[in-house]
Amino acid sequence: MTERIVIVGGGQAAVSASMRLRAGGFTGTVDILSEEPVLPYQRPPLSKAYLKGELDEDRMYLRPDSLYREQGITVHLETQALMIDRVKRTVETEKKSKFPYDRLILATGATPRPLPDEIGGGLENVHTLRTLADADLLRDKVRPGQRLLVVGGGYIGLEMAAVAATLRLEVTLVEVQERILNRVAAPETADWMRALHLDHGVDLREGVGLRRLVSDGKQAVLAALSDDSAVGVDLVVVGIGVRANDGLARAAGLTVQNGIVTDQYCRTFDPDIYAIGDCAVFPYRGEPTRLESVQNACDAGDYVADHILGISTGPFVPEPWFWSDQFDISLRIAGLNRGYDRVLTRPGEREGGLSVWYFGKDRLLAVDSLNDPKSYMAGKRWLSAGLTPRQDALVDPNMPLKSVPTEAAFSTVSKATTT
Amino acid sequence: MVKITFIEPDGTEKHVEASAGISLMEAATRNGVQGIAAECGGQCSCATCHVYIEGDFFEQVGPPEGDEEDMLDFSDSRQANSRLGCQVPVSDEYSGMVVRVVGDDG
Repeated sequence: MTERIVIVGGGQAAVSASMRLRAGGFTGTVDILSEEPVLPYQRPPLSKAYLKGELDEDRMYLRPDSLYREQGITVHLETQALMIDRVKRTVETEKKSKFPYDRLILATGATPRPLPDEIGGGLENVHTLRTLADADLLRDKVRPGQRLLVVGGGYIGLEMAAVAATLRLEVTLVEVQERILNRVAAPETADWMRALHLDHGVDLREGVGLRRLVSDGKQAVLAALSDDSAVGVDLVVVGIGVRANDGLARAAGLTVQNGIVTDQYCRTFDPDIYAIGDCAVFPYRGEPTRLESVQNACDAGDYVADHILGISTGPFVPEPWFWSDQFDISLRIAGLNRGYDRVLTRPGEREGGLSVWYFGKDRLLAVDSLNDPKSYMAGKRWLSAGLTPRQDALVDPNMPLKSVPTEAAFSTVSKATTT
Repeated sequence: MVKITFIEPDGTEKHVEASAGISLMEAATRNGVQGIAAECGGQCSCATCHVYIEGDFFEQVGPPEGDEEDMLDFSDSRQANSRLGCQVPVSDEYSGMVVRVVGDDG
């Protein structure tokens, strides 16, 4: 009998799991142990609308305090889980409290990789962006005319650059790889994003790394770059990826490999312990996969609640999607392009809109929709149904997306045909 | 405060009081209304807050435009009174509005 559920971590996954447990009729205790000083909030706007000052703090919170109370969900703030005792089934926190559990959900998230101290990582004006507190610090510093260096041309770095350029900072972005979005998108998408940033005055330097930051003792004042150039800086933001917060799980003897390893039910090898969200690795299309996205946090949270309550007995089948807002455009991504061997593009209906379609072995894997919501929705629906669009029709701009013929993707592992 | 009734996908009615200015999506999630995942948090990027605005209120609210129209255009559940909840700010004139949560999109 499951009576006590403890969730470690106070982000989106914890909120989804806890609310879903109540919606599913769970009447036992639900305790969320969060290191944050504030209730769970939305993370994506931190590098977008919130940073720009377009979204007030009170609209950042996922749920109001009153709803947690009403639902009997206890959120313990500023509470760090120190140790899991898997034999006694307790979580020990720094306040010397012990939380006994029947089921434990690890939703510990991830932490930005810091710039190494020896090249200036510890300086006062060098930031990462993950928490509300990080964004609040940056919000005070993004002032017109300031010189910002962004290290890393992934989504976080590009979003940061876009917000700063919009706020009229002088922005330089360096990406050590040959191009931006090297790990996550095709050259076609990178080209489009590069043009967008250049249009808005971002000094975008690809194939250029940060050698080191030169400080005045406290602050970085100059960035020495790998091409032997240097730029003056007032502010540095580092977006070079994240590490899964898996230390607690590792110390408890659970399997950890670039995240907490789980099975197709989001369970670690200890059947009483689940892991979900950014911290978890799960099988997806036959490969261990870790996703950093709200979609995954929401879906896995819902799934785990249903699994604990016996409402869902089948495997967790994620339907990945992502989005990014930069300047006045939206990038939406449906699917996961891992393993693609062909890329097709299709102009969007709007001026400048574009969709970039990823195929692996002639099967649709993902689509990047650049200022083109229709292609995103079409792609999402096809992927969800296990369908693949016919490629000759897809690239024909005169063929409406709705008329593009599809066929069942062979060897699909998605829930596809069952829905 | 504006009184709004949400009908969850399973038919359960939830009566909520929302302050003017927040979106229908926010009014729903803040009050624990089921069926609205609101994954993108109100950026018109996920279509997980699809609702039907019942009765005459739809005319007051008006039809979707731009990105929202494009997103809804591809929904199987699209109806004449479809909106994405995140794109509809609550207004004082909406007291008594009934909003049906679609719940199967996104």
